[in-house]
Amino acid sequence: MSEYVTVKIDGQEIKAKPGEKLLWVALDNDIYIPHLCGIRSEERSNASCRLCFVEIEGIPRPVTSCTKTVEDGMVVITRSERVDRLVKTAFELILSDHNLKCRECPANRNCVLQVIAKKRKIKLRHDRFKPIAREYELDDSPAGFAFDRSRCVLCGQCIWADREEAKVGAIGFTKRGINRVVTTFKDLPLAESICTQCMLCVEACPVGALFYKKKEPHTATADKS
Amino acid sequence: MQLLEGEKEQILASVDEVLKNSSKLREDLIPTLQKVQAKLGYLPALAMEKIAEGLNVPAADVYGLVTFYNQFRLNPPGKHQVKVCLGTACYMVGGDITLESFERRMEIREGETSLDRLYSLERVACVGCCTMAPVVVVDEEVEGKVTPTRVDGIMLALQDEEKKSVTEQEPNQGRGEDS
Repeated sequence: MSEYVTVKIDGQEIKAKPGEKLLWVALDNDIYIPHLCGIRSEERSNASCRLCFVEIEGIPRPVTSCTKTVEDGMVVITRSERVDRLVKTAFELILSDHNLKCRECPANRNCVLQVIAKKRKIKLRHDRFKPIAREYELDDSPAGFAFDRSRCVLCGQCIWADREEAKVGAIGFTKRGINRVVTTFKDLPLAESICTQCMLCVEACPVGALFYKKKEPHTATADKS
Repeated sequence: MQLLEGEKEQILASVDEVLKNSSKLREDLIPTLQKVQAKLGYLPALAMEKIAEGLNVPAADVYGLVTFYNQFRLNPPGKHQVKVCLGTACYMVGGDITLESFERRMEIREGETSLDRLYSLERVACVGCCTMAPVVVVDEEVEGKVTPTRVDGIMLALQDEEKKSVTEQEPNQGRGEDS
């Protein structure tokens, strides 16, 4: 196998390591492709967010770039009418079940959804799909962070961090379809589960679902006195 | 759900027996859960924990799988099992109202079992007699055209049956304690 393969993305010739997935090659070369669920070190991506579609010459339909390995001579276009339509629909479906009170959200201005909306010029508020307004209980049982499921986009980044980085296995996906949630065994609050509160999941969360609690003004000085 | 007296030992024994004949690989998870459920009638949290331990998978994964598939139940089957059909025909004529009436009368939600384990309530998709919609299956008995008033009737009949069986049992129990 040669040392690298050459692919052409949006007219730009790029040398890439063989075996790499298209999504990461594009991102490394400052070509933006929206994505939520992709994890670089994961062997095969879930490809569940349906946001990273691209057109590849010779393939009749758009494909998810996170599952496509680069091949020599591949010609890729990141934007087309078909791609934009698929991405817009997937994005609007995600938003239809997302708490859009951005001003109250700790991830405001630091949120992947806002980035995607801006880059692809898709409005965060739309009227195509009726929003599902559900009641979720805020889990603020851990000392340093909290989990607001109304903002969760089910990307699975926190579960990956919990399993592969922290090696704990406290959280996972449960239930099915529209009821799917990230939760602990028996739906216990995080502090009562086997969670070690390492907060790697908070680091991994691309939106404001898992977030650090604000530090109370007292602590250090108040404790000493 | 509170475990009954002696149930804990029964759960542990069942899980042990199933795990003994298992290759203890991750792909064995579904067959293991099926076998344990066949023994116990449902999958209590304790059984899920022990299975997770035995197959070396996170308990959260076992829980995720059990809540994903309809065939697994988290609550014990009640002495009287009520299944409300929410197939297309039953749904159109208000099967959801029938289900709600049962939920109110039993004071449980769909998929749950009452604390005394007398009643469990489930939703099913088509029993095969849509002309009788909305259909309810009470302990293998098919009931047609079940309106909320009929729900009250069904519940009364079940409660009556319970009262009778209690009065029949009580004299025997009394004698048992004396000796």
